[in-house]
Formats: sequence, structure tokens, C-alpha cells
Amino acid sequence: MTEFSQTDARKAQLAKRYRAETRFKAFGIGAICTAGLILLFLMGSILISSLPAFTQHYVTLDIEISERHIDTQNLADSDWRGLARASLRAQFPDVQGRRDKRALGKLLSLGASDDVRDYVLANPSSLGTSVRLPVTFSDDIDLLLKGVIDRELPENERVVSNQDLAWLDQLVAEGRISRKFATKIFTNGDSREPELAGLRGALVGTLWTLLVTLLASFPLGVMAAIYLEEIAPKNRLTRIIEVNINNLAAVPSIVFGLLGLAVFINFFGMPRSAPLVGGLVLALMTLPRIIIPTRAAFAAIPPSIREAAMGVGASRLQVIMHHVLPLAMPGILTGTIIGLAQAAGETAPLLMIGMMAFIVDVPTDVTAKATVLPAQIYMWANNPERAFMARTSAGIVVLLSLLLLVNATAIYFRKRFEKRW
Amino acid sequence: MSASSLFLCLVGLGLFSFFFGRRRIHKLASGAHGVSQKQHSRDVYHASFLVICATFIPIVLLVVWTGVSPLVIDALLESFLKARANTASLGELNVMIAKTKAYYAGSISAAFIDDTIAEATTYYADLVARSLQARSLAVLLLAIAGAGLGVRKIALRFTARHSVERVAQWIMLVASAIAVLTTVGIVLSLIFETIRFFATVSVSEFLFGLHWSPQIAIREDQAGGSGSFGAIPLFAGTLMITLIAMVVAVPIGLMSAVYLSEYASPRLRGVAKPGIEMLAGIPTVVYGFFAALVVAPFLRDGGADIGLTLSSESALAAGLVMGIMIIPFISSLSDDVINAVPQTLRDGAAALGATHSETIKQVVLPAALPGIVSAILLAISRAIGETMIVVMAAGVAANLTANPFESVTTVTVQIVMLLVGDQEFDSAKTLAAFALGLVLFFITLALNILALYVVNKYREQYD
Repeated sequence: MTEFSQTDARKAQLAKRYRAETRFKAFGIGAICTAGLILLFLMGSILISSLPAFTQHYVTLDIEISERHIDTQNLADSDWRGLARASLRAQFPDVQGRRDKRALGKLLSLGASDDVRDYVLANPSSLGTSVRLPVTFSDDIDLLLKGVIDRELPENERVVSNQDLAWLDQLVAEGRISRKFATKIFTNGDSREPELAGLRGALVGTLWTLLVTLLASFPLGVMAAIYLEEIAPKNRLTRIIEVNINNLAAVPSIVFGLLGLAVFINFFGMPRSAPLVGGLVLALMTLPRIIIPTRAAFAAIPPSIREAAMGVGASRLQVIMHHVLPLAMPGILTGTIIGLAQAAGETAPLLMIGMMAFIVDVPTDVTAKATVLPAQIYMWANNPERAFMARTSAGIVVLLSLLLLVNATAIYFRKRFEKRW
Repeated sequence: MSASSLFLCLVGLGLFSFFFGRRRIHKLASGAHGVSQKQHSRDVYHASFLVICATFIPIVLLVVWTGVSPLVIDALLESFLKARANTASLGELNVMIAKTKAYYAGSISAAFIDDTIAEATTYYADLVARSLQARSLAVLLLAIAGAGLGVRKIALRFTARHSVERVAQWIMLVASAIAVLTTVGIVLSLIFETIRFFATVSVSEFLFGLHWSPQIAIREDQAGGSGSFGAIPLFAGTLMITLIAMVVAVPIGLMSAVYLSEYASPRLRGVAKPGIEMLAGIPTVVYGFFAALVVAPFLRDGGADIGLTLSSESALAAGLVMGIMIIPFISSLSDDVINAVPQTLRDGAAALGATHSETIKQVVLPAALPGIVSAILLAISRAIGETMIVVMAAGVAANLTANPFESVTTVTVQIVMLLVGDQEFDSAKTLAAFALGLVLFFITLALNILALYVVNKYREQYD
């Protein structure tokens, strides 16, 4: 026996088998590393491309708030844009000619007028005085100052002209340029101008939609789970319902969008683009995702609890409402939160019912036209302006942070209240 | 009264009847001579019983009326307009209905309407007002009548708990039937629209036609006025992207599941498993953005460097990213089935001298095969139904090609393209989306059933 195992052929075979072992293990490590690298690359590339959107460059101008430009009787409708542009022109007295003047004015964002107006409306005493005020740059200038647009490129390949560069350099030399955190991304609604576009409308729309989803799916889901797990006799009807619920969880989300379009909007005449319809569609999708973990939470409650309650004379419904349901609540809430987080990231069914319109206003109720965060990201991703790419990534970062927060809450709930029987 | 104020009324009435019912049974129980008497159910059940009597039927009526009355009013308006305008054209009639409603809502000015529309608007406004009045009256009367009847039922011997529990059980049964209703709703709405679609396009042209260009000209004499609806290029595109996704996802997902459940230390498992599952929590629109604005340009430039021409909406980019999305799906499902293989099988193989990898390849994986196959089937169904990645990264034009570097389109992309934007519900273009949806629904359903069947048929019961 020893002689045989010492032979070269045996040794070679063993070595081969060990090599196969190492190779197999390497494949496994490779697969995990690939998945990890992909995750890192995905997160990293989005995070990096989002960074420019979180800051915004401003140019500090000396603005003379005189009656030459503004109508003191009607402050809201005055020519603020003209005032902002005139103040910028005052920095460059030697710029003559309509075309140059207009090119100079284009350095400023359309939102520059709002900066001036908001300041004057907030400080009425500034009327008739001269103030130093930072106003917003346009998106291309902003990207150039951040270095996203390379100033070394030949003039016809970058959107910023040589003349613009010369003006900018002068402003930089005078120390008039500042960079601040871009609060507009959280306080503004949507806009065609990247530097003015914000997520507030989409965030509020998401909240309204999820509110409808929660109100519709949570009670229905919990009641359905109670019935199926605790009350229902095991017969054909309940089996059909069970199979159905499991199948519903696997139906593509876009099909729910078709259902919403055909039934809610077309048949019942509910308003398009409204959080009401979006919330109901998402509720139907979320229903199985609430029922399944809720049933699991009920099943995890030991029968001794139920038997003890029955022993002191509680009816079946009393057992459920007084004992099983409160004990299962942490599990139910965890399942619900995770289900809602999934619904919050859903886009496709909402496109079907029109929740991707360009909406500037912040929605005020569930029937107002609204959009949601993922749909807003989708719309921004379709915009050709370069600055929108950063805006889109910033939207994604906000969405992912929200989802992370929500899921972390769910995990906290589970860890904090979970009982092992 | 508006639906919400009516609802608030009912809530108020419900609260009132709760406290009223509790007082009443309390009074009955404390007896005339200060001697408390036995009652069958506790106070709260009598109170709840009264609340149910007062509000349950009115709420159902309110919901049904609110849902159904617009349909009835629309039908009445249509017949009114038909009689007045004596036009047979359905399109013209629809325009008139839309105008009437817009004028009623105040969204168009009087300058845009003629006498017929003005009359119809008066008629419509009258109908709406009467429906609202009748609704308020019916709901409130029913509520008061119900409350009155309920009060008379409250008595010491009345088995209020039984009644309340019976109603509660019925409500729960209805709640669990909502899931079935949803499925029925999906199937019915898809089938109805699909049947209307097949009235204009034949089934065989749709299922076997090789040419897809759903653009229908607005004027009939325009070139290409009819549009063509051969869905084979969409099926082929979907298949190709799914195939690319599986080529990415199956090896990576399966191997990481094997490594994590067979080799990894608990510490590595504790880090890597949630890490991979994080991929599953990322919304698909994020993957779409990643595919369209990071992966596709990267592949195109990389391809150009080595002399390949890649479309910027290549099937490859969409497929790769979809594969990434599917990885956690395959890995967590396979992880479960690999862990379900009993340890004794591994010990047996090791005792015969097999190396660890030989055990896995020749014992564990074959034992877990039904579960793995079903996981892959479920993953395919996920990939076919996935929308956002392909909408953002795949093409719109229907190319029938086997080249993954070219742009293809998928079923879900076309559904989105056909339905996004303004639409009228009668055109074949809109209805085609529902036919595609029906195909999608049945294919994914079939894959899910097949996955279930594979597990049930071939699974070994080890315990």
C-alpha cells in the first residue's frame, strides 16, 4: 500500500486534484471579489459624479438697487434679471456692443434674478442702496470653475468661449467668486436649468405616494395575513389565495402599471400623474411583500401563547388581537418598512400612469400632479445638458441615502424588539 | 357634500355611536335597583357593534357610488350628445364629451364651445349635482337607520361579541381576497384591451411578424399609415439581453453562493452576504443610469480602441448591468438550497477521500440542482420583466439581429414607449402595449410555475 501511494503517477494525480481544489476556491473568491468590486465601482462612480452638484459657484456683485431697474410699487414683477445683468456689466465697463453684452449676461444663471429679488424682498431697507450680493452662475460656467469642463480644450469643443474665460479670470482675480453648498437641490422644485433644478417636489411627491401606499397596503396586508395564518380553514379557497399571493409577488412591476392605467385611470377616471393612483398601484405591488413577512411573524409566535389565552377563555379573535398581533408587531413593522422601501425605489409602473411629467410645483395633496424621486432621476438622466448628469447622480445619492436610512430603521426595529422563543 | 366631508361625517357618527353604545349597555347592566346584572358581551363589543351598524354599509355605499357614478353619468352624457349632435362618428363624440367635461371643469373658456356643448354642460352639471345630492342623502339616511336599528338590538343577553367577530372575519376574508382580485384585474384588463387590439391586427401577424414599427400616421393618406406590429424583433431582443444577463449573473451568483456557504469563515460571510444583498436593494433606475451613462460609454470607447463598433445603446451594456442586478437574486436563492443539503452527505463524500471541491461538484451541487434550476428560472423571469435598465440603456428601434454590439429593443421598452406621453385609448398603438403586457405576464407566470414544478418534482427529501 505504501509503495503504491509513493508512485509518481499517484503523486501527480493527487497534485492535480489539489490544483483543481485551489482553482475552484479561487473561482469562488473571484466571484465574490467581482461582485464586491462592481458594488464599489457602481457606488463610487455615482458618488464621484454627484459631487459637483452639491456645490454651486456664485459671483459677488455690487448691486445698486435703484428705481432705474425696479418698480418699488410692484417688487415681485420688477426687472430683476436686467438689474443682475447690469450689475455684472458694471464690472466690465469696456464691454461694448449688443452681442458681447448678451454673452456677458449669459454667464449668470436665470436664477440670478431670484437671488437679487429674494434678498430685496427679505431686506426692504436695502431699497435705494448699493449692496454686495452673491448671485448664481450658469451651469456651464459653474462646471468650468469646478474643473468638470476642461479649460485646456480647444474653444469649439467646450461650451465656454475664450472671451467668457477672460471675463472669468478677471472676476477670479478680483476675488469675486465663491463656492457654497448648493441648497437649491433640496429647496427647489424641478427646473429646465440644471443649476436651479431641485428635488423638493419629487421628495414631497414620494412622501404623498408612500402615504397612500402605506394606508392602503398595511391594513389590508395585515388583515389578509391574520386571516390566512390564524383563521382560515385549510381548504381549496385558501390554497388558491395563497398561491395567488406568491405569484403576485413575482409579476413584473410594469404589469401593475398597465393595471393602474386600465383600471384606475381609464375605468374609474382617477387623475393622471397623481400620488393617489401611484400610491394605489404601489400598494397592490407591496401587498404580497407585506403579507408574506407578516405571516412569517405570526408563525414564529409559539402556540403556547395562544393556548394559554384560550385557556383563560379568550375567543379566537381575542387571542389574536390581544396577544398574537402585539407580539408579532416588530416583525410586521420590519416587513412593512422593507416593502415600502422597495416601493419607494420603483419607477416603471409610475411611468405608465404619467408620474414623470415636468412639474415645477410642490404637490399639496394626493390628487395634485406630482412626480417621485426615481421618476425625477429618470427624467434628469434624459436631459442632454452636462450639468444634469451631476444633478442625476446627486438625486441617486439622495435616494440611496433615504433607502439606507429606512432599511437601517427596519434592522434596528428587528434587533431591538425581536424575541427568541 | 364632497366624498371626504361625507366620510368625516361618518367618522363622527361612528365615534358618537361608540360612546353612546357603551353608555347604553353600561346603563342596562347597572340595573334599575343598583344591582349589576350579567351581560353576555363586554361593553366594548356592544359599542363596536353599534359603530358597525351605523357606518359599515354607508361607507361601502359611499365607495361604490363614488366609483360607479362617473361611469353612469358618462354613459348618460354620451347618449345625450348622440341624440343632440346626430353624429355617428365615435371620435367626434369623444371630442365633444371631452370638451363638455373641460368646460364644466373650467379649463377651457366659453369661446371654444358651441351651443350643443353648452347645453350638454348644463345637463352634465345637473347630473353631477343630483348624483352628489342623492349620494349624501342615501349615505346619511342609511347611517341613521343603521344606528337606530343597532341601538334597539343592544341588550344584556345580546351576543354582541359574536356579531362583531363575524363581521371582522368577513372583512379579513375580503382583505385576503384583494390579492386574488388584483390578479383577476390584471388578467381581465390585459385581455380586454388585447382583444380590442386583435380586432385591428391579426394574432399571427403580432406573434410571428418580423417587422415592428408602431408609429401610426395621424392622417390616413400619409406614408406608412397603418404601422406594423410584428413582435418577433422584440422577443429576440428581450431574449438576447436576458441571455447576456444570465451569462453574467449565473457564474458569479452561483460561485459566490458556493464559496460563502462552503468555504467562507463566519466573519467573511457576515460581511460579504449583506454586501451582495445590497446590490438587490438598489433601485432599478440607478442601474439604468449606471448602464446608460457609465457602462455604455465605457464599452463603446473600449470597443473603439480595439476596433469594434459598438452602438451606444448596445444590448451588451444593458445585459451586463441587468446581470449585475440579478447576481444577488441567484446567490441568495442558491445559498438557501446549498445550506439545505444535509451535512451527512458532505461527511460521507469526505470519508471516501474526496477533496472539498470534489464534494461540492459531485455531491452538494447535484443534490441542490432542482433548487438552483428553479432559482435560475425565477431570475430569467425577473430579467424578462425588468424595465428601467432597458428603457434607459437599450434601444428603441426594433432590430432583428444576433449581434450583441448592436442596439436592440425589448418588450418592456416598447410598452413604456407606447404608453408614455399623450395617448388616446382607441389607437392600435396604445392597445399594442397591453398585448405585449399580456405576453409578458403569461411568460413570467409560466416561468414561475415551472420553477415551482421543478422544485416539487425533483427535490429530494433528506430528513
